[in-house]
Amino acid sequence: MDKSWNNRAWFLVLPVLLLVAFSAVIPLMTVVNYSVQDTFGNNEFFWAGLEWFEETITSERIHAALGRQVLFTAIILAIEVPLGIFVALNMPKKGFWASLCLILMAMPLLIPFNVVGTIWQIFGRVDIGLLGRTLTAMGIDYNYTSDWLDAWVTVIVMDVWHWTSLVALLCYAGLQSIPEAYYQAAKIDQASRWAVFRYIELPKMRGVLLIAVLLRFMDSFMIYTEPFVVTGGGPGNSTTFLSIDLVKMAIGQFDLGPAAAFSIIYFLVILLVSWVFYTVMTNLDREDRP
Amino acid sequence: MARITLSNLAHSYLPKPRGEADFALKEMDHVWQDGGAYALLGASGCGKTTLLNIISGLLRPSRGRVLFGERDVTDAPTAERNIAQVFQFPVVYDTMTVRENLAFPLRNRGRDAAYVEARVGQIARMIGMEGALDTRARGLTADAKQKISLGRGMVREDVNAILFDEPLTVIDPHMKWELRTQLKRLHREFGHTMIYVTHDQTEALTFADKVVVMHEGRVVQTGTPEELFETPGHTFVGYFIGSPGMNLFEAEVSGDMARVMGHPVPLGATYPPTGGRVQIGVRPEFVSLADAGLPVTIRRIEDVGRHRILRGEVFGQPVNLLLPEDRPAATGSAFLQLAPEKINVYSDDWRVQPVGARRAA
Amino acid sequence: MTLELQGVSRVVGGRVHIHPTDLVLEGGTMNVLLGPTLSGKTSLMRLMAGLDTPAEGRILWDGRDVTGVRVQDRRVAMVYQQFINYPSMSVYENIASPLRLQGRSRAEIDREVRGVAEMLKLTPMLKRKPLELSGGQQQRCALARALVKGAGLVLLDEPLANLDYKLREELRLEIPRIFEASGAIFVYATTEPEEALLLGGNTATLWQGRVTQFGPTPQVYRRPVDATTARVFSDPPMNFLPVTKTGTRLSFGHLANAPAEGAFARLADGHYLAGFRANHLALNRHSGRAVAFSCRLSAIEITGSETFLHLVHGSDGWVGLVPGVHEIAPGSEVSVWLDPAHVYLFDAEGALAAPAAYALAA
Repeated sequence: MDKSWNNRAWFLVLPVLLLVAFSAVIPLMTVVNYSVQDTFGNNEFFWAGLEWFEETITSERIHAALGRQVLFTAIILAIEVPLGIFVALNMPKKGFWASLCLILMAMPLLIPFNVVGTIWQIFGRVDIGLLGRTLTAMGIDYNYTSDWLDAWVTVIVMDVWHWTSLVALLCYAGLQSIPEAYYQAAKIDQASRWAVFRYIELPKMRGVLLIAVLLRFMDSFMIYTEPFVVTGGGPGNSTTFLSIDLVKMAIGQFDLGPAAAFSIIYFLVILLVSWVFYTVMTNLDREDRP
Repeated sequence: MARITLSNLAHSYLPKPRGEADFALKEMDHVWQDGGAYALLGASGCGKTTLLNIISGLLRPSRGRVLFGERDVTDAPTAERNIAQVFQFPVVYDTMTVRENLAFPLRNRGRDAAYVEARVGQIARMIGMEGALDTRARGLTADAKQKISLGRGMVREDVNAILFDEPLTVIDPHMKWELRTQLKRLHREFGHTMIYVTHDQTEALTFADKVVVMHEGRVVQTGTPEELFETPGHTFVGYFIGSPGMNLFEAEVSGDMARVMGHPVPLGATYPPTGGRVQIGVRPEFVSLADAGLPVTIRRIEDVGRHRILRGEVFGQPVNLLLPEDRPAATGSAFLQLAPEKINVYSDDWRVQPVGARRAA
Repeated sequence: MTLELQGVSRVVGGRVHIHPTDLVLEGGTMNVLLGPTLSGKTSLMRLMAGLDTPAEGRILWDGRDVTGVRVQDRRVAMVYQQFINYPSMSVYENIASPLRLQGRSRAEIDREVRGVAEMLKLTPMLKRKPLELSGGQQQRCALARALVKGAGLVLLDEPLANLDYKLREELRLEIPRIFEASGAIFVYATTEPEEALLLGGNTATLWQGRVTQFGPTPQVYRRPVDATTARVFSDPPMNFLPVTKTGTRLSFGHLANAPAEGAFARLADGHYLAGFRANHLALNRHSGRAVAFSCRLSAIEITGSETFLHLVHGSDGWVGLVPGVHEIAPGSEVSVWLDPAHVYLFDAEGALAAPAAYALAA
């Protein structure tokens, strides 16, 4: 008694397939096309084979950018996820303050990326920025345009400011779905605050947390606009993350071939990491089921 | 273990309650004896869950005191009260195994591993889950999860009381029988004070030695199942217990005789003169068809298996009576006989205490 | 109006949810689907509604094949266990919503809404929002919306399960009256045998995705075709014990036996399974033919007017329901009496071999 297959249903998917083809597949193919050719302008192309891929994989410049990128993503995940959970746990559960909190939390998420960059660019300036001036006045030698550490701190603080809300809001939604009886039962069982978090809140938040981490990983791994506006990748190359480097290569130097190869590898890395991450998390989930 | 005393207790969810209507729980005094099996029975919103939460310490009463034994625990947090509670929907720690779930309350209290192991084994046997001790709680059925909740409630031997908040709501009828008998057995074995909140009369009556019936924030009667059935103290108890509930007729009562629209109905006892709205109440079990008596029109006959429910009207007032399975019945006009010993008299909804036995007829 | 299921089955991911089922439901009847959780009540309803397509078989509406017709194009109304209303609309607007979708005139809508509101005692609440109402009133509102639609098929999926016991009793009384007035086919799913009996009409008993019997409710109750149906349609659960028929005698174990009378007399010699309901056990010798069994009392429950006895007889667990209040210490030995006229005999496959004599008379 197998289910009968109705192939007409495929026609319903056709419009979406066409749309995806135009918006994603064709541009991607163009990039693939560039990645195996070389050009000296005049719309003349020469076959380059896997040369650009080899170059990308062995390029020290890209290795350095990748290193910075991994470090950056690791740091912001390590800050934003626990901080987001912490904020969510401490948000009021209902009433006026809950609504106010939600609105305030949503605010940074509504600001366009380049505006976020501009805000922090000005905020941190030593001559006119509130933050920069204050820090200087306090005797702290702060200048994100000249000191690499200051630049990193600024970019990380900016990202945390911008995106912790997302993690917090997702966790908050997960927490809201826990029935009151669980907390009451925990009180009666004399569970510690940590046990409540570990055995009630964390398991119930796991689903949303997975989404939050995945989103934050992908977004931060592809970060471009904000650090570009604030530091332009500097000082030196200290905040040149992968996409900034990529744009420099493609637009700044018009190295279309290497940039295309770089893009494809970049894309595959993100895809791979996301896939590994997703599989691991869902498998953990499945192990719990008998 | 301890006796639980509620003295002058009242609760309002409003910060500044004005009238009596603002109180979810009207002022009450009540003593729960140590080791008793109690049921708290009432409709949704009658205040029974409020009362339960006050006892467990999840809610602080607006007025009055709560005593466990001699100790005033009104302001003590839940964890200090040493009680256990089982909720309407199964509360289990999903990521833990059944064993860890059962051990959790003991581990939190720092009991040694050997004791925990032995006790968990004992409880698991009792709830029939010794075979599933190492499965994770997450994937289990609602029945099994609720069994774990019951088990977690039972696992501590030293609790002052175990509170049940409609614990069988999500359970299938067949499984209810099993779990209810298990609860009864556990009560007999351990002698914990148990308070069982429910809106289901069968659950309340079958579980408890003493049933506390609540209505609109007030305890209207406390008694054994038999007392609640035979002599409901309030018309609400008559209506709420028994299915169908008690029949009520507007009547005039003098001595040992009642009159319903002029028709005489003999009573089983003599009653003092009463004011207010007077009604006589008699359960459908004690009404029978006869050749003479109150004229009735039978409108409907329902075959409910082990008996039939006849629904009709006496002078426009609804009446129900029960007939055994094998007795024939027909709609139409007939007469009713009410068993005199089983009639109760009510004045403004409260039962009137008879002053003496019935005079010889 | 007729809804006919011809060999309808449902398979999800290789697992059979509904085995091929034939059912004919007539217009103006109440049809109860009775079975425990996961027995297939909701799956069957979804097939009837057209929310799911059967793996096999056809669904006919007045003889017309509607198997592939979408639920929107059928005249179907459904009421769920959860009280589903539009929270932002008043009760009036909630009830009026299906009529507005049908594009009826304002006057017509008003008349219909008020009519059905009166029938369901909602008239005083028409201006209120559903969430301001009690659970019973919310479910009445959902019922009203289902009724006003004028649907030919009204499906009620455990509509009273989330209500208080007493409210359930009241609505249970109202529902048959409401449906009698409407003339539609009503299908009502429940897990409770008592509810099926109170609703009357026809009952289909379900067990593991199979309709085990379908017929007038009292008949299914008194003359179950097999042990499964009897078990599904008994609360407290039906009691069972093995019996042997030899010649003119039935022996219940080695101690008790009785003459094989009536339908029992015609049975072939051999082993059978005897089934009887809790209320047919007695604590005294209530009939001349009654057979005594010695049991151990494992628990006792008193309802005020009746007593439930939880008994252990050999390896079988029994429940007895006797009138009056009896205080007996658990653990003690008790004698219970059973009239063979109340016993059903099932064969080795569980099919009914001979019905209880009392059921033939009733």
